[in-house]
Amino acid sequence: MNEANDRPDPDALVRRIQADAARARRGKLHVFFGFAPGVGKTYRMLQVARDLAQQQKVDVVVGIVEDHQRVETARLASELRAIPRREVEYRGHTLTELDLDAMLARKPALAVVDELAHTNAPGLRHPKRWQDIDELLEAGIDVFTTLNVQHVESLNDVVAQITGVQVRETVPDVVLDRADEVELVDISPEELLQRLREGKVYIREQAQRAGDHFFQRGNLLALRELALRRTAQHVDNDVVEYREAHGVVATWPAGERILVCVGPSPSSARLIRAAARMAAGLRCPWVACFVDALSVRPLSEADRTRLDEHMQAAEKLGATVTELSGTNVADALLHYARKNNVTRMIIGKPTHARWRDRLRGSLLDEVVRGSGEIDVHVIRGDSMASLQPGAANAEPVAQRLRDYAVAAAIMVATLGLSLLLRSSLSLPDPEMLFLLAVMLTAVWFGRGPSLMAAALSVALYDFFFIPPYYTFSVADQRYVLTFATMFAVGAVLSELATRLRRQEQAASAREQRTTVLYALTRELACTDQPAEIAAIATRYAAESFGARTTLLTLSSTGQLRALGDAPEQLLAMAQWSFEHDALAGLGTDTLPGTDSLCAPLSVGRSRLGVLALELRDKRPLRVDQRSFLDVFCRQVAVALERARLSEEAKQAALRAQTEELRSSLLSAVSHDLRTPLASITGAATALRDDDKLSAGTRAELVDAIVDQAERLERLVTNLLDMTRLESGAIALRRDWVPLDEMIGSALTRLEARLAARPIEVSITPDVPLLWVDPVLFEQVFVNLLENADKYTPEGSALTLAAHSDGEHVQITFSDSGPGLPRGAESKVFEKFYRGQHHAIAGAGLGLAICKGIVEAHGGSIRAHNREPTGATFSISMPKAGTPPEVSL
Amino acid sequence: MSEASALVLVVEDEPQMRKFIRASLSSHGYRVLEAERASEVVSLVTSHNPALILLDLGLPDGDGIDLTRQLREWSRVPIVVLSARGREDDKVVALDAGADDYLTKPFGVNELLARMRVALRHAQPSAEPQMYVFEELKIDLVRREVFRAQERLHLTPIEYKLLVLLAHNAGKVLTHQHILREVWGAKYASQTHYVRVHMAELRKKVERDSARPKLIATEPGVGYRLRAPA
Repeated sequence: MNEANDRPDPDALVRRIQADAARARRGKLHVFFGFAPGVGKTYRMLQVARDLAQQQKVDVVVGIVEDHQRVETARLASELRAIPRREVEYRGHTLTELDLDAMLARKPALAVVDELAHTNAPGLRHPKRWQDIDELLEAGIDVFTTLNVQHVESLNDVVAQITGVQVRETVPDVVLDRADEVELVDISPEELLQRLREGKVYIREQAQRAGDHFFQRGNLLALRELALRRTAQHVDNDVVEYREAHGVVATWPAGERILVCVGPSPSSARLIRAAARMAAGLRCPWVACFVDALSVRPLSEADRTRLDEHMQAAEKLGATVTELSGTNVADALLHYARKNNVTRMIIGKPTHARWRDRLRGSLLDEVVRGSGEIDVHVIRGDSMASLQPGAANAEPVAQRLRDYAVAAAIMVATLGLSLLLRSSLSLPDPEMLFLLAVMLTAVWFGRGPSLMAAALSVALYDFFFIPPYYTFSVADQRYVLTFATMFAVGAVLSELATRLRRQEQAASAREQRTTVLYALTRELACTDQPAEIAAIATRYAAESFGARTTLLTLSSTGQLRALGDAPEQLLAMAQWSFEHDALAGLGTDTLPGTDSLCAPLSVGRSRLGVLALELRDKRPLRVDQRSFLDVFCRQVAVALERARLSEEAKQAALRAQTEELRSSLLSAVSHDLRTPLASITGAATALRDDDKLSAGTRAELVDAIVDQAERLERLVTNLLDMTRLESGAIALRRDWVPLDEMIGSALTRLEARLAARPIEVSITPDVPLLWVDPVLFEQVFVNLLENADKYTPEGSALTLAAHSDGEHVQITFSDSGPGLPRGAESKVFEKFYRGQHHAIAGAGLGLAICKGIVEAHGGSIRAHNREPTGATFSISMPKAGTPPEVSL
Repeated sequence: MSEASALVLVVEDEPQMRKFIRASLSSHGYRVLEAERASEVVSLVTSHNPALILLDLGLPDGDGIDLTRQLREWSRVPIVVLSARGREDDKVVALDAGADDYLTKPFGVNELLARMRVALRHAQPSAEPQMYVFEELKIDLVRREVFRAQERLHLTPIEYKLLVLLAHNAGKVLTHQHILREVWGAKYASQTHYVRVHMAELRKKVERDSARPKLIATEPGVGYRLRAPA
């Protein structure tokens, strides 16, 4: 960045293009910014909006305006169009809120929505109004809104320090940073105080007392300065953007990056806000980081919750959040910092006693020592609450008391054993036995009980085994050294064993997740059926997250649809999550009041569906569960994407196959269509043009025309049947039909052609009615008979037989012709197969149609030669259920 | 009015088809009236009172089945529908709507003339005969006895009713529905397998070779027809 270069920095250029593209779609946000209530933000906003509406004919709609019973404001608001507010019942009160959906549906050019920092009534889509406004902007609607300086999240602490009033309703700084225009509505503090005295400023009753303190001239001056500075910072941002856009070398130190160490302690919130302010000042990205130290106890449930809150707060303030783990906190932090080009680290000032650092080593020291080129900022607050054992007790008190009791009991048992050994074996020094017991308690119960056991062992050893016996006094001063060594060894053992245990627990938790992921991935790899993927994903998700899980995927019509049933509300939430490619539901910014969580499934740009979890314990997922959910969803999404691609590939292959079929069909058919057409044309023109033909010849020609036309008709019929069978367009119209009726009907249809042949039909009486489509199934016999007629000598016998065989009806059709060519037994059923008899008319479709029809009915057909000569076609039809009884 | 000078209304949109039918009918002495569209039919029937209608089911401007229904509300003129193969459902619906018979395209001229003769004959009011004779089969309606080649057949009451129904309508197709309604009654209308099973039994008795029936023909997907020289 320091090189002299006229061209804009490519990164900056990319950022600008991305920002421009996002902004082109997004509406513009105009914030009317003030330093205190009563400066006239709402009034000013309405004035600007009215002028736009009246002078430039902009489509302005008021969503929410709080006039606080001020006549001028109300009059101004009444000059603008407005949508009705949405009424929400909450604890017996009717609250009125912005009707977000109505506004989205109305889609004006400009929406006026007062009070950016407002908290919505529970049960609405978003908990905060700024999120509503974000959605309006997302929909391309410009928004006018108002904001006071004390509601800006990063300034919250400062304001509280100045005024002594802590404001709960805050707006993340990013919202203000991303505003297209921040307009400061400014009056002098004197003027404001004057208006307050005249009663022109509305303060809520409950804030009245705090307000008295709030509206002091000194406070107002300080707030005003804050507001001016914040506005100036926004202007500054604009300037920077302008500079970047126009190739002016950026003035900020290139590549600044801040890392803040966050723990579960309440004071970490202060660290986060400080980091956010610093990042805003430096205009650089920042990371909030928690190190899960493997050498200490796991976090308690309460700590975990607080840590999650901190992480979410940091995320809202624009931080990237990350969780690291390692045995040494400082090493893990520094390693991460180096890898990610962090330039500044923010750490809390330690509040614990100095001896602890001496004993355990100080995190701060280690970080500072190892920081090298990284600046380390130490700020009041606590560094890593995870270094504060005792504050973080995972087990309930009763459990811990029991552990101590058992540890004590073990020591007493050890004493008993030692006394026994001394009397029976005259073993003088049982200290090793005591050390063993201390180690066992360390392995089983952790640090506290084992330290107690170490102390107890020294006491018991002294009391029972060191002369003078049965007193704590020591005759030989050298034993004091023994005691000290014994305790020290016990303490070290306890520390080591505890660390081991902790690492083991962490490893086993991680391993459990890895195992789940591995099993999930392996199962997902085995299928490319969306339904199966859904079944696998929901099963694993139910186990891993304790939730009733539904997978929603895109249907062919582009609708999000659940496999299985899902409540209406869940569907709506899933739809939102899908469209915004973001988490929704419990523990998120969108619909946090529900018990469910929707996670979008997407790979790159393709959005595939949503995983909806209905959480059984109705508690938000922890940060570690969230990151696991991320990985989980990615696996499922990849599987779905693979299924989609494989389906596409299948479709493509099918298209190619159809294409191939079409071309072979064309080549086969063109010959068969042309031959009869040529004969017909020839015969017909001869009849028309040649009047010297004899009567006999004329009759022959006419016969030829009729014959060839019939051949054409059969061919076209076969082609149509084949096409319909292959496309699956045939709906079977099944009925219970006697086999002899279909065979009889086929024989009648071919009466003229088969007149000269002896045909034997034998159907045993046990053959039941068949559950078939009579029209299609008759065609099977017609085709078989025609086929036999074509390929066997004239007048040779044909046999049709059927019998019942367990679950099937076997139908055989035999001829006494030359039989099938060797090896062609299955080929005869292929389309366009015509054997070697090219002189015989036909497209080679008859048997293929037979096969198609039989298989469509769930049956099978095959062909084989018979001894001494001839071919047999065997049809096996499953008996479909019980035919109805018909009394004769 | 003799058959051979009867006026036939041909409703067909294909000119070549009309030409073939007109030529064939004219040479057999019929008078021919032509229509291309379904919408013309009602007024032509009222103004010309044809003896028979040949109705193509695949008209571009309308549904031949609806037209059949409409005509049946006030006219008993025989209707023979023409349709393509594979449209068995259409045929059944047309027949159940009141058409008298059907022909599957492509058809030969002899087939056309035979169907027309049967339809025209059944349109004539005639007294119930005392006896039917179909080649070697003889049905004595007075004594309710059936003989094949002088040998008396033992038919069940249902078989007898079936056979008589077919004989009354000799040459004409009868749908499964029609047969069920006439022989079993309206509430059996969905039990088409009744007809099939009893028809198989009847064939075993009246046909010389029931595997290759000559007398009672199956019209696949539609119904049955007693074949009689027309």
